[in-house]
Amino acid sequence: MTTAGERHGSGASPVRPYVLTGGRAATRHGLTVDTLLRATPDGPPLRADAAPQTRALLRLHRGGILTIAESAAYLGLPVSVVMVLAEDLITSDHLHQHAASQFAEINPTLLQEVLDGLERV
Amino acid sequence: MALNESDPGDPDPAGTGPGPGRVEYLSATVDRIAKILVVGAFGTGKTTLVGAVSEIRALHTEETMSEASTGVDDLAGLDHKTTTTVALDFGRITLNDQLVLYLFGTPGQRRFWDMWAGLAQGVAGVLVLVDARRLTDSFEVLGQLEEHGLEPFAVAVNQFPDSPDHPPEALRAALDLLPETPLVYCDARDRASTINALKVLIRHALARATSPTSLTAPGRSQLP
Repeated sequence: MTTAGERHGSGASPVRPYVLTGGRAATRHGLTVDTLLRATPDGPPLRADAAPQTRALLRLHRGGILTIAESAAYLGLPVSVVMVLAEDLITSDHLHQHAASQFAEINPTLLQEVLDGLERV
Repeated sequence: MALNESDPGDPDPAGTGPGPGRVEYLSATVDRIAKILVVGAFGTGKTTLVGAVSEIRALHTEETMSEASTGVDDLAGLDHKTTTTVALDFGRITLNDQLVLYLFGTPGQRRFWDMWAGLAQGVAGVLVLVDARRLTDSFEVLGQLEEHGLEPFAVAVNQFPDSPDHPPEALRAALDLLPETPLVYCDARDRASTINALKVLIRHALARATSPTSLTAPGRSQLP
């Protein structure tokens, strides 16, 4: 059922989402929920006053490549908040978009490749 | 001064999300990604379907947004407006070393499209999950697809034990589907059955992409 496993998102947090984001929205780097992010190798140190959520997001991505939606689920944060935190980390050169970040152009070759892949699943 | 980011006092990213477990990262060899949206009214089985085919533990997130919000630039006013929650399920299937398919499962109501703008961009196709016991619940989803011009899509009828035995023609008529829109029966709990529904969708997308004459489909009618 759709209800199985559903959880309350940010509502239960003692820190309201807009406190983490300063009321800002993600607008600078064209991020979407499915943008793939990875940590910049040897990035600069984080600001001392970085929020624990920002720290957790960076540490999560130091482990490998994930979409913003996946990061939000792992961190238990709203996607819109993770987008803002991710933008800050991109601006500060801690995170960057993975090369495959833009979804492949939909064309017959790609669709055939998807179909072939599904046949082997 | 920078704090040590591996400070054990920091929250554990893998432990604060929906359920503990290791983080399942994308392979670094992947250089292309494709996505399929799975939309369906509440209770049609989206979470089950995504979970049945995903190679990673299917993840679930919810977004709290203002009903009056336009886009994502209104978070500061949350306290003063009616808020709503929209769920997103997602899973992943590695198709080959370079190509990964993401499945995003969403309720597909009007408020979804306001919130997840961008998610619909560049989709390989949309699988509409339908519960034949409650067909009218799916009208809004289909209406929203039409309103947003989101194509191609295929309809998958999730078979519950007490589902009525409607023939496909009756379901097509009830849902006002175009003749070329595929309709497939499936069991969202079953991996092979669900993969089959995805293949039906992608074959349809492929047929559309390789047949220029089918690209200008007439608009459907009579949906609320």
